[in-house]
Amino acid sequence: MPMSNTLRKWLHNEGNAYAFLFLYAALFTVFIVIPVLAAISLSFTFFDTIQPPRYIGLRNYITLVTQDDLFMRYVLPNTIQFAVIVGPGGYALAFLLAWMLAQLPRLPRTLFALILYSPSMTASVAMAVVWRTLFSGDQTGYLNGFLMSLGLIAEPIQWLQSPQYLMTIMILVTLWSSMGIGFLAMLAGILDISPELYEAAALDGLKSRWQEIFYITIPAMKPQMLFGAVMAIVGTFQAGAIGVVLSGSNPTPQYAGQLIVNHIEDYGFLRYEMGYAAAVSVVLLLMVWFFARLANRLFLTRE
Amino acid sequence: MRRKWFQRWRGVANRGINPQGFHVSQIPFYLVLLPLAAFMLLPIVYIVASAFKPPDELFAYPPRFWVVNPTLKNFRDLFARMSTAGIPVSRYLFNSIMVTLTMVLASIFVGSTAAYALSKKRFRLKAALFAINTVALMFVPIAVTIPRFLIIVRLGLLDTFWVHILPGLAIPVGLFLLKQFMDTIPDEIIEAAQIDGASDWWIYRSIILPMVRPAIATIAILTFQAAWNNAETSALYINNESLKTFPFYLSTLTTTATGANAVAGQGMAAAAALILFLPNLIMFIILQSQVMSTMSHSGLK
Repeated sequence: MPMSNTLRKWLHNEGNAYAFLFLYAALFTVFIVIPVLAAISLSFTFFDTIQPPRYIGLRNYITLVTQDDLFMRYVLPNTIQFAVIVGPGGYALAFLLAWMLAQLPRLPRTLFALILYSPSMTASVAMAVVWRTLFSGDQTGYLNGFLMSLGLIAEPIQWLQSPQYLMTIMILVTLWSSMGIGFLAMLAGILDISPELYEAAALDGLKSRWQEIFYITIPAMKPQMLFGAVMAIVGTFQAGAIGVVLSGSNPTPQYAGQLIVNHIEDYGFLRYEMGYAAAVSVVLLLMVWFFARLANRLFLTRE
Repeated sequence: MRRKWFQRWRGVANRGINPQGFHVSQIPFYLVLLPLAAFMLLPIVYIVASAFKPPDELFAYPPRFWVVNPTLKNFRDLFARMSTAGIPVSRYLFNSIMVTLTMVLASIFVGSTAAYALSKKRFRLKAALFAINTVALMFVPIAVTIPRFLIIVRLGLLDTFWVHILPGLAIPVGLFLLKQFMDTIPDEIIEAAQIDGASDWWIYRSIILPMVRPAIATIAILTFQAAWNNAETSALYINNESLKTFPFYLSTLTTTATGANAVAGQGMAAAAALILFLPNLIMFIILQSQVMSTMSHSGLK
């Protein structure tokens, strides 16, 4: 019978492929696709978890732009400041460090890579303990003790509770742990560039190491640069909870460290305005997508 | 042969990318990297030192960074203590080990089977599905905490062992790296096996898996770090204290310890932080060369 033959053939070729994909696809759909779609549809509703969601059109978005004073005055500027420094800053730092490591022989390179990567493998709950002691507000805090012994300050400073310091500390702490998987990818990318390229360039009269970076290294490893960029963007926005971890409260003191992720949590889990929180989540996802598009423009290799 | 000689003559063998040995031109890099690495290592050195500090050194004034009289007291206290709910620490640790082991094994299986289909099978939706996964590299889980929570409630996963495992198994980066690595295996090998009548399952198990070991090691380490360090799942989805994990317990040590307990809490938290950090470090040291060879194929084209 021809019908069962085609079916059998399909089963053998395509069916097997779908069978192999099934588990991943199912989990991917349930825990990634549906949550994103749910966030989008909830963002058009009023939902307080007690009554079923009620459709209200674009009102959440309009409120966000026109009436959410906290968002416009603190959360958005904070997020942009944090993202601009930690994102491109951390990314450039990761590339430069990877490039420097590539200039060293294998053993010291591996040791340095291990040290620079190690902050990425420490649990944030473990680090919270460390940061709270190092930046502790009384005189037993390490930073205070250090500065006081140097005579630079007379009184201990409440580092994590003062609005003027919190953001700086958040940025430093996040940069500290930003040599992650993107950094490793870029290191591998630099090491994979064939030495002939450099030799040819040297013969063509390329002189400084900076020229070498911009004309040889980066163009030769564009795909890894792009991967690193996407990882940097995701890492930056994913790190948004750090202010609450450091200061120990949401909202952060005078909203000084309030980022978009904290705003979502504030509205979703503290005020139970789930529809509104979902609208903020959608804005966050759009921001990530926008920056990733930008990175695409910069590094995409067209064949 | 001639090129080697040429390089030696020009002195370039130890200059530039991936040198074989030391060269004067490397000194500036050491001058930048050594202090920076020392600075970045400080918080981790601090964990190690604090874990072995006796109480009087933990709260000494002025604070001292390194430990003078190392003691195991913090570790003994940690394991002697019960949580407020009467659960011993060993239970949290056991939960963490079980969750991490299951996660690592399951994510390797889930990721590598899917990668096999996307890399070596021919089917209609192949390109589209891979593109979707590539877009998902940008996925920021923290953005959809709320809908995820609602879905997990709907599925009845609250307060179960599986809530630790299932939400974290589909890892877009993991699938991406596995698939890119599998692409380097020549199709001829698989075609030859197919001609000999091998099934897809046999090809996957006996040809593909052994050949992508570095990529598997990478997925293992990424999943390990995510699972072993995860405190959020216990905080958000678990009410039953006996199902919570070690990182969650660590986060309660300093927040619930008040008054007279603050001293003991600090020391135990440092000890717990060290217990949490060491397996990550050991795993990475063992697997680092495999991770680096996987990363060579990480490019996004």
